[in-house]
Amino acid sequence: MQYELKDAPAFETQTLEVSLGPQHPSTHGVFRMNVVLDGETIVKLKPVMGYLHRNHEKLAENMTWLGSMPYTDRLDYICSMTNNFAYALAVEKLANLEVPERAQYIRVIMAELTRLVNHTLLIGFLLNDLGAFFTPVLYAFREREKILDLFEAVAGSRMMCNYLRFGGVKVDLTSDFIPRARQIINKYPKFLDEFEKLLSENEILMARCQNVGVLPKELAINAGISGPMLRASGVPYDIRKVDGYSIYNRFKFRVPIGEKGDVYDRYYVRILEMRESIKILDQAIKEIPDGEFITKEGGVGARAPRNFKPPKGDAYGRIEAPKGELGFYLVSDGTVKPYRYHVRPPSFINLTILEDMCLGQKVADAIIILGSIDIVLGEVDR
Amino acid sequence: MFGLGVLKGMWVTFKNFVLSYFSKDHLVTVQYPEEKIPEKERFRNFPFLIYDDKPEDLRCVSCDICAKECPPKCITIVRDSDAQGKPLKRPKVFDIDFSICMNCGICEEVCPFDAIFMDHEFEIAEFGRFEDLNYHKEDLLKSNEYFAKIRPQDVARIDAKRREKTKKTEPPQTTPTT
Repeated sequence: MQYELKDAPAFETQTLEVSLGPQHPSTHGVFRMNVVLDGETIVKLKPVMGYLHRNHEKLAENMTWLGSMPYTDRLDYICSMTNNFAYALAVEKLANLEVPERAQYIRVIMAELTRLVNHTLLIGFLLNDLGAFFTPVLYAFREREKILDLFEAVAGSRMMCNYLRFGGVKVDLTSDFIPRARQIINKYPKFLDEFEKLLSENEILMARCQNVGVLPKELAINAGISGPMLRASGVPYDIRKVDGYSIYNRFKFRVPIGEKGDVYDRYYVRILEMRESIKILDQAIKEIPDGEFITKEGGVGARAPRNFKPPKGDAYGRIEAPKGELGFYLVSDGTVKPYRYHVRPPSFINLTILEDMCLGQKVADAIIILGSIDIVLGEVDR
Repeated sequence: MFGLGVLKGMWVTFKNFVLSYFSKDHLVTVQYPEEKIPEKERFRNFPFLIYDDKPEDLRCVSCDICAKECPPKCITIVRDSDAQGKPLKRPKVFDIDFSICMNCGICEEVCPFDAIFMDHEFEIAEFGRFEDLNYHKEDLLKSNEYFAKIRPQDVARIDAKRREKTKKTEPPQTTPTT
């Protein structure tokens, strides 16, 4: 949509080019937008990425298969468990490894807890961008910390978990994990109610979010958008349902979708998704069986990574990460190192649509549109 | 009514503000240097080398597996040798560069001799970026008692495993002398 002055005055106007970022606090990291403004309206927006490029893919091609597991934590550093999950899934597909029942349940519990962490935090930061300065973020942090404490007790680290192994998980759950997790999950809906009451009905928020940054259904599909972004545009596509990877086809949950695909829908779809995650967690915690947490083969592979050589071939493992479809494409030539290692990061691909959503909007709206995409620069730049 | 949503939200913040004086659930912060949250047993930070009784007989046999498997390659090991130049089963140099280490815990997992473990120590700020954070063998050594203190569950399992191993290897050595 091109902005036009209705009653053009006699004097000439110029467009203004503004470089938002990479040090701008609202770009969620080192992301830069070159924005061309006509008055306050965006006429052109060029995202500049790569300030946080760490050579992840090439590094992984020069170390053992297990060696890049801790590096996947650092892709999307808010949800390291799901990154581990996607990578482990791809390698298991490549090497035809079985995963024990208990490990499957542990993985699902961890992935859904990660989804809670990510969405809570994202909503906090989105509201922060909208001007609700730091109160929602700190409420989000308070709840997130409880889940991160669980992660620390089980995996040893709050954020860089490095917990999954090929064929299972690194260590079994601690004895008090299930009661503690149940306690958190039982309290979570109450927190979500409160969190929602804080701003969902706020008139200022609605005026700023509704009909801003609309992403039409067709454009979303054509651009390869995935995750809550796509569902907010009204496409009921969830890889947990479509693929049913791991044991997700055993759980009952719904896929919430939005109507218009504006910022408000993206905000609200995430809240609804958290409520569905709680349902999955409820079922998983009830049903988790006893048994081994890693297969014997997998345990040997974790202790001697140099003996782990998947057969020749390629595999693509994908999961529904909190931000969208996270996939790992791996090619093996039968040695200890991957021949090709490629990441399909959801935030990077969701970010490509930024200009289409921002054109014709005000410059202040660009910030919240970017916030509603949910990017983590560690994953965008890799 | 316009503005009701704003008031509802404000009520939430007011409730949280008041409750933070009374409820433990709403006041979750601790005053860090004075107060500390107890560490979780599996918490991992930086690696340390373990010795059994005296600092001289450390468990490490300088097999170089951890150095090879370390993803960012922060471990440097040089094998010790005796006067004749025969290599000994102990490290002469064992350096871990803490400015490179990323706390992944892979060294601990791959070590076949249970010689290297992840520590709980996290207050290790230094002024120098390079030499001060490059920890040498002497700085890394810690006793088994310390390990038992920070990880009481793991130490029982590992000590039992080590006792079994020594039982298996010792009898053939002792039988010829008797």
